[in-house]
Amino acid sequence: MKDLIEITIIGTDGKSNTLQIPTGISLSLMEVLKAEGYPILATCGGMALCATCHVQVIKGYEKLHQPEDQEWAMLDTLPNYTPQSRLSCQLKIDESMNGMEFRVMGEDNV
Amino acid sequence: MSLKSVNFANLLVYSMIQTDICIVGAGPVGLFAVFEAGLLKMRCHLVDALPQVGGQLSEIYPKKPIYDIPGYPEILAGDLITNLMKQIEPFKPTFTLGERVDSFVRNEDGTMLITTNQGTKILCKVLVIAAGLGCFEPRKPEVKDLEKFEGKGISYMILDPEKYRGKRVVLAGGGDSALDWAIHLSDICGELSLVHRSETFRGAPDSAAKVFELAKNGKINLLLNSNITAVSGNGHLESVTITNNQQESTQLFVDNFIPLFGLTPKLGPIAHWGLNIDKNAIVVNVEDYSTNIPAVYAIGDINTYPGKLKLILCGFHEAALMAQSAFRYVYPDQKLSFKYTTVNGVNAF
Repeated sequence: MKDLIEITIIGTDGKSNTLQIPTGISLSLMEVLKAEGYPILATCGGMALCATCHVQVIKGYEKLHQPEDQEWAMLDTLPNYTPQSRLSCQLKIDESMNGMEFRVMGEDNV
Repeated sequence: MSLKSVNFANLLVYSMIQTDICIVGAGPVGLFAVFEAGLLKMRCHLVDALPQVGGQLSEIYPKKPIYDIPGYPEILAGDLITNLMKQIEPFKPTFTLGERVDSFVRNEDGTMLITTNQGTKILCKVLVIAAGLGCFEPRKPEVKDLEKFEGKGISYMILDPEKYRGKRVVLAGGGDSALDWAIHLSDICGELSLVHRSETFRGAPDSAAKVFELAKNGKINLLLNSNITAVSGNGHLESVTITNNQQESTQLFVDNFIPLFGLTPKLGPIAHWGLNIDKNAIVVNVEDYSTNIPAVYAIGDINTYPGKLKLILCGFHEAALMAQSAFRYVYPDQKLSFKYTTVNGVNAF
């Protein structure tokens, strides 16, 4: 069991940054991104109801659980959806995410 | 009556809404601010960009339970709004809904004139911004020149379906609103297309089945696994380019293009009012949640200060302190004395 995992984040400015994140404290990727100052609104607070925490999985998409209906419904409203799109609020940080890479697709007003 | 006899200055005053406090945003915190203001005999008018009160709670999650409202082990978001509306009823708040505040002018006597995007004018002594994350605006697809044709063939909301009678219309989106409008417009438009990036719809299954049936009967031109990638025209929209997953593009000649991708919150014109803003939030003084502009306060999710928590209950607290401070602008000659509702009751207007 790992205590710290590494995840690489590509910001909206294209800059890549590797974060060390503790597992086992029940964080979602959305909460990590917000805490790190990435432009994520997360209007609904993590209920998969607003699609403002959109990320694209660059590396490791297959490691994630499938989206549930509510997440799919919101992904469908995104004009910049890609087949690797996820809502970061629905991704709980755990050791299986070690080494994954995400691109922040946050909206331009943030 | 000749035109000369009309006093235009008076007309302006009559057509204007006058209030003690103008509250921008009718979410839970804006609504509770009416109660706190009402206890101090200050009247409120609320403005909200959404057509109903309740903000995010009504728009995004009316059926979700909330567990951290003091006194309610569990309450549905929609029910909290219903209760707040009941709680503020004695203070007879007035509302301008479905309009977005646009401009802000300070008069010589210290009052402020707020104008909405529909031209509604509100004259107030105190302005309270309780706008959450801003106003909900349609989410726009990333297509070049989209803005060029807004109002000239491209719109993001359908206000009057009859406007599209006999027209060639293309809708884009795969959510409930795209499906519902596709069904509704199929009898109205001359030619209706629905463009969706996937081959399945995850909206209400009944609506999706109906759309597939209408497509089978030739009432809707259903373009799946496709996106709108370009728009063109000469002054008015004339065509859209549709690109499928195989990167094959076709041009479709249309009168109207309506992207229906849901709503997203934007700070909007408030951002240009000269308020101190940090990361899309208004910086306030924690003593009374006042901003850098006199008689302008910011409460709830829209403000920021050291230790800020975006919780409804924190917004309620901020509303109470704001009202105590705002009193001096509404009643400059009176001394404020703090009273408990248990002692004083709630005295309706």
